Amino acid sequence: MDIFFQQIINGLVIGSVYALVALGYTMVYGILGIINFAHGEVVMIGAMIALSIILFLFQFDIPIYLSLALVFFGAIIFCSLLAFCIEKVAYKPLRNAPRLAPLITAIGVSILLQNIAMLIWGRQYYSFPQIFNNDTYQIFGIANITTIQIIIILISLVTMFFLFYFINKTQYGMAMRATSEDKNAAKLMGIEINNVISITFIVGASLAAVAGILIAANYGIAHYSMGFMLGLKAFTAAVLGGIGNIVGAVIGGLLLGLIESLGAGYIEKLTFGFMGSNYQDVIAFLVLVLVLVIKPNGLVGEKSSTKV
Amino acid sequence: MISKILPFHKKLKFIHGLFLVIIALTLLPFVIEESFGRSWLRIFDYTLIYVLLALGLNIVVGFAGLLDLGYIAFFAVGAYSWAILASPQFDIHLSFLVILPISFFIAGFFGVLLGAPTLRLRGDYLAIVTLGFGEIIRIFLNNLDHPVNVTNGPVGINMIDPVMIGTFSFNNKIVIFGIQLTNLHFYYYLLVICVILVIIICQRLENSSIGRAWVAIREDEVAAEAMGINTRNVKLLAFAMGASFGGVSGAIFSSFQGFVSPESFILIESIMVLCMVVLGGMGHIYGVVLGAFILVILPEIIRSVAAPIQESIFGVVLIDPESLRMILFGLALILVMLYRPTGLWNKKNV
Amino acid sequence: MKTNCKNNLFFFLCLVSSFFIASCDSNNSQFDSEGRKIVYIGHAGPLTGPIAHLGKDNENGVKLAIQEANDKNISLDGETIVFKVVSVDDEGKESKTTLVAQKLVDSEVSGVIGHLNSGTTIPASKIYHDEGIPQISPSATNVNYTNQGFPGAFRVMANDKQQGSALANFAINDINASKIAVIDDRTAYGKGLADIFEDTVQSLGGIISTREFTDVTKSDFTAILTKIKGLNVDLIFYAGMDVQGGPMLKQLDNLGLNVNFLTGDGCQTLQFIELAGKSSQGVYASSPGVPLDKMPGGIAFNLKYEQTFNQSIQIYGPYAYDATNTLIDAMIKANSYLPEKYLPFLKNIQFKGVTGDISFDAKGDINRGSISMYQVKNSKWEYLKTLGDN
Repeated sequence: MDIFFQQIINGLVIGSVYALVALGYTMVYGILGIINFAHGEVVMIGAMIALSIILFLFQFDIPIYLSLALVFFGAIIFCSLLAFCIEKVAYKPLRNAPRLAPLITAIGVSILLQNIAMLIWGRQYYSFPQIFNNDTYQIFGIANITTIQIIIILISLVTMFFLFYFINKTQYGMAMRATSEDKNAAKLMGIEINNVISITFIVGASLAAVAGILIAANYGIAHYSMGFMLGLKAFTAAVLGGIGNIVGAVIGGLLLGLIESLGAGYIEKLTFGFMGSNYQDVIAFLVLVLVLVIKPNGLVGEKSSTKV
Repeated sequence: MISKILPFHKKLKFIHGLFLVIIALTLLPFVIEESFGRSWLRIFDYTLIYVLLALGLNIVVGFAGLLDLGYIAFFAVGAYSWAILASPQFDIHLSFLVILPISFFIAGFFGVLLGAPTLRLRGDYLAIVTLGFGEIIRIFLNNLDHPVNVTNGPVGINMIDPVMIGTFSFNNKIVIFGIQLTNLHFYYYLLVICVILVIIICQRLENSSIGRAWVAIREDEVAAEAMGINTRNVKLLAFAMGASFGGVSGAIFSSFQGFVSPESFILIESIMVLCMVVLGGMGHIYGVVLGAFILVILPEIIRSVAAPIQESIFGVVLIDPESLRMILFGLALILVMLYRPTGLWNKKNV
Repeated sequence: MKTNCKNNLFFFLCLVSSFFIASCDSNNSQFDSEGRKIVYIGHAGPLTGPIAHLGKDNENGVKLAIQEANDKNISLDGETIVFKVVSVDDEGKESKTTLVAQKLVDSEVSGVIGHLNSGTTIPASKIYHDEGIPQISPSATNVNYTNQGFPGAFRVMANDKQQGSALANFAINDINASKIAVIDDRTAYGKGLADIFEDTVQSLGGIISTREFTDVTKSDFTAILTKIKGLNVDLIFYAGMDVQGGPMLKQLDNLGLNVNFLTGDGCQTLQFIELAGKSSQGVYASSPGVPLDKMPGGIAFNLKYEQTFNQSIQIYGPYAYDATNTLIDAMIKANSYLPEKYLPFLKNIQFKGVTGDISFDAKGDINRGSISMYQVKNSKWEYLKTLGDN
């Protein structure tokens, strides 16, 4: 039972990471209808920028809280600028292009970012420095969790509530919903859709930067290729929950994390030794297919009506 | 009167042109080998394999508009069918005339298997499911060495039989008129024949009622259904045909390389083939062929010239060839999509 | 329409001109400016990619050996010989390795030192075998390389069979473990090593409590580690690379899992300690061969290497150096650089290299396959002992 509970905690931690990144995917998809493949790389850039800032600040004697603030704000600002530029240069001209064109562009941006990062930071795997004490706590005396892991779970939940409130209860959020439903109608209503789209990208990128720093801190490692797989998993999570849906992204993320964790832990028992943890990814995708067969728009996705 | 002469005139021109093309294709491997070296002939052979893949994916993505991010799985299935049926793995050594159709049908079957649960899915959901499927296949291939050793796991299967015609193996070296022919030449001819066959089949399909049904589904699925098209069967057929060509390509790849391992079938490869299709000209057969050529040969060219050029200009290598290759590749994708969103060579481009 | 035609023309011009540039690949000449015959020796390894630093290390070893050989003004079959290296980059990828192998063959090399990884060495070996070019790998450890039965395939480092059984012996006899959990990373290297470890442990009477898997794209191992925690093992054996072993140790500590940790040469690096941090304390690891200072010519070689290249040896440099010298020695003994002439001498060679005595068994594996054990103490690898001289 202890082990089971620990696996749940593990799953929630991984899941929260997926959720944070999935939120960025889902917001961009909701507004522009494109899969922003480059999002995973923005997470990586956030982590690498943070690493560089920390290594730079190590030379000076700065109180922890100040350096933490500098690291977070530095990464967020840089990633936001990056996402803003990417949107303006690569996605904006393709707003009316055939459906697959922005996808290929996104792939191109993703490859570009990863290789430029490789040129700047090299190919090695960096040890992410510990800025503050990462203690391990025991929940109910049976499962372990570290400070950073608690922060990850809290931040993803807080972000979800905040974004949900922002998009559904504020006027700017209404503008975003309008833009995602029908860009041209929103324009006619006087909404500055270019600003709305840029803000969406910036918010997504800020989340990505935060996610990047937390991931690097949690696993103690940062490198130029950490964004690719993470981006894919997060995209899977977003689709699982229902792409375009804020709550769906978080639910999808947490669910995917739990499936991965419990799957890896119990698959051998469930398949009587035939499959081991080497098939853990297979389980995640099979669950995805199952969910999509039953609910083609994801768990929480709205039923899109087919025009007749 | 005129209608009698014109067709004949055109026919003559056609045969004349065809004759020239056949001569050119027959002599091409020797030209490549003499001008650039044998390794470029090997690269050219790999290019032809990718051309087959691109043509297959073109049916799924280009004709039918179904976004498939896991296409390399069918390539893998074809490659492993050959590897299992013609190698020391189980000590079965079937002839290529038997295995090629088998891999065609096995891959087609997997295509239907993939297609079946995805019929109700919208474009981008489809992308993720196909991606997942590609990964599932790779994971199974990497792990099916236990409890029964089918695929030999991550080590891969080695010493795979080459194509044999009677007792003549493609791996033999023969000398004709003083020129040495190796497996690179034999596989070249096999691949060229396959490419031509596949192109002909694709053109026939494109101009048939099935091809038109695919276009209908691509443009507006609801309208297509309203017109009486059985979208389920038509979609499954797209998946099956696309997958089958991928399978054949995989089988030839397997025998050419003599070695397969799951590492050759990772997600990036699926993405590469998709880029070839979209970059070249989605839905246009010759555009797709062009896309495959560009995306295989240009990186190799960059790989060989990047270091020497940098050294002669700057005296030192600033950006290593691998990074430069990928950066240029990423830039190419972005630029081509910005300026020619339907691909480099597409009928819609004017 | 006009722009379309222009664009197409421009594009085709670019393509054609790039072909011409490509053909500027320098054609290899037979004789140098002083009239000496040039004998090309090929080196293949990952010069780009995550382990580029190791590939470069091998290349340096080859270059140093070639430099020294040229200083001796060797003469074969009446001709004065000068050696030159042809170095190609296989990126550590199986999809690229056959392409670069073909390049070496086209460059008419007389022998190949390479590749570095098992995954790249095995497919390439077929190409060298087809052309009759002898190949010595300085560092590929998978048993399948020499199991293919190619007469020209050799290696100068102990293979996974030797390393896996040495590790198992160490686990049972030195760590006194009886219930062991095994994790591998599902690569040719990791699986190969783990399989042999498992079989040997079971033959020695130990129990394998579970076999878990990860893969090279993962950074989170909490699920499998938690599962292992519930099984009460005395030892975890991990067959994989340092970039995952490091974070794995950290997660082990976070989960409160207090067991011995044993791993192979993929983790016996400085990077492992850096990534694992304090959690690396007490970790055991093996490495084929012996530490540099225990090698017969190790310290002197280290000095020479650092003076020539201004950097320190990574791991396999001495092996690449020895492999090259063994090849050249066979040529000298045969008085010929032609593969068909010197191969028989290579098969029966007895050469004293800096890493130790080199001679090959019938398969091409090295005869003295020693494995050394190390342990992390205070963020440093400390040498424990050397095992298994078969």
